[in-house]
Amino acid sequence: MDSILELSGLSKVYPGGLKALDNVDLAIRKGEIFALLGPNGAGKTTLIGAVCGLVRASSGTIRAFGHDLQNDWRKARSRIGLVPQELSTDMFEPVHRAVSYSRGLFGLAPDKKRIEEILRSLSLWEKRDERIMALSGGMKRRVLIAKALAHEPDLLFLDEPTAGVDVELRKGMWAIIDEMRSRGVTIILTTHYIEEAEMMADRVGIINRGKLLMVDEKDAMMARLGRTEAHIWLAEPLPVLPPEIARFPVELEQGGRSICYRGGDGTGKGKAEVAELTKALIRAGIDYTGIDTRESSLEDIFVSLLGDEEVAA
Amino acid sequence: MISWRSTWAIYTRELMRFLRTAFQSVLAPVLTTSLYFIVFGAAIGGRMPDLGGVDYGAFIIPGLLMLTLLGETTSNSSFGIYMPRFTGTIYELLSAPVGVAETLIGFVGAAMTKSLILATIILVTARLFVDYSIAHPLLAVFYIMLVAAAFSLFGFILGIWADNFEKLGIIPLLFLTPLTFLGGTFYSIDMLPKPWDTIALANPIVYLVSGLRWTFYGSSDVNIWISFAITLGFLAICVAVIAYIFRTGWRLRA
Repeated sequence: MDSILELSGLSKVYPGGLKALDNVDLAIRKGEIFALLGPNGAGKTTLIGAVCGLVRASSGTIRAFGHDLQNDWRKARSRIGLVPQELSTDMFEPVHRAVSYSRGLFGLAPDKKRIEEILRSLSLWEKRDERIMALSGGMKRRVLIAKALAHEPDLLFLDEPTAGVDVELRKGMWAIIDEMRSRGVTIILTTHYIEEAEMMADRVGIINRGKLLMVDEKDAMMARLGRTEAHIWLAEPLPVLPPEIARFPVELEQGGRSICYRGGDGTGKGKAEVAELTKALIRAGIDYTGIDTRESSLEDIFVSLLGDEEVAA
Repeated sequence: MISWRSTWAIYTRELMRFLRTAFQSVLAPVLTTSLYFIVFGAAIGGRMPDLGGVDYGAFIIPGLLMLTLLGETTSNSSFGIYMPRFTGTIYELLSAPVGVAETLIGFVGAAMTKSLILATIILVTARLFVDYSIAHPLLAVFYIMLVAAAFSLFGFILGIWADNFEKLGIIPLLFLTPLTFLGGTFYSIDMLPKPWDTIALANPIVYLVSGLRWTFYGSSDVNIWISFAITLGFLAICVAVIAYIFRTGWRLRA
């Protein structure tokens, strides 16, 4: 698939010595939603800043749409949009003027029809004449999205788009992101909400301490690192596991009063194996009183990866 | 290649910011100029002799114009770039496909336009108190534009250098205003006793006030060409500093 953004050996060391990006290599495919996950201070915003011209990279190269951002930044930047994490906009300006300004700033001719389309798609049309300062936090965030869409970018960075937004508005924001994807906009999303990445992303990158720990298809990552965990409470305690049960990845817990299964791969294989295990228990005449199963989430994978990195460090 | 649409967007937005506070922006210089003319023109000026054949009330017009011009141009321009840095909206400018040319023409052009509007207001206000005529009107407009451009660039540098409001105000307050007052706004350098008349020539504002006064009345404390050369030199230094800022991203890009 075509890459529209390629980072190669990208590093950023701040004057105080903090290494915010450490030799990052990344390729973003056209039309995908890429979720960049990481704890606070991991380097997510620095990475976005380096691509969008807010941060000067210490070393490495960035190519967007085939243009080197060091030398041919005008052509590249004209196709990139950014929705920053902070609600940074001129609060005294009316909504429509702020959005029209963004279009002009990116060198495009005024287009009232297009601005109206954008404002309507973000439910901002009724608020077009209001000063931004009079809007709610969620609406202000929508204004930032409208400003970023005003020059019709092909690649959009959304830096924590749902931070501090209530559940209902967050769902509304997901719908907006989905709609942008359907229009062919490539989206790079940073988020603290793993659930958000799990729902929206095609691919996921995990970054910590400036290092990109893993990049993979979300489903492949879940399959590779996902697990099923099941606890089966037994009617009578077992001193040892019989051989026909011991062939499963299980162990006795709580003095033999329960069996714990840990296996599978995040694709449903674990669930099927738990079903087989329960049948095997019945065949062996072992009665049980309850079963609790759960699939590991992207969050578990994320925490586990960061935990491994902490140990390695 | 310069994007004129981007330049226009920055320019019009900056002017809109000015128009949002138009009442204050227009009223303040009108009031200040009127007060100066009442105190120095009518109350004291009547007892002052003509200076170089120019009535004292008319003599102070170029100096008063320069006083407002330097202060307003510097603060307009410095606020223009400082506020986006302070509020974080600078991200949009930095992530847009605009370079130093669009940014400077937009911001500095808007600051210059505001200054020319103010200069016109001051001259109209002065006409209510003093009868005067301008010997070289085209040259006067050109010189006002040149000074406005130089101090817009200076204000732009100030707005990038400042990392708090105190720093933003300290240069105009502690340096620009005193130097303008001591730069021959209300008197001719010739009136100073020795060695102060020579020491006064170390004040760069003397050359600006003197230059503008020459365009008004055809005579001044220093040669007009020296005034032009110093103004152009200051402009060139400001352009070089701004070019350095944009090349290195100093205080703009992390």
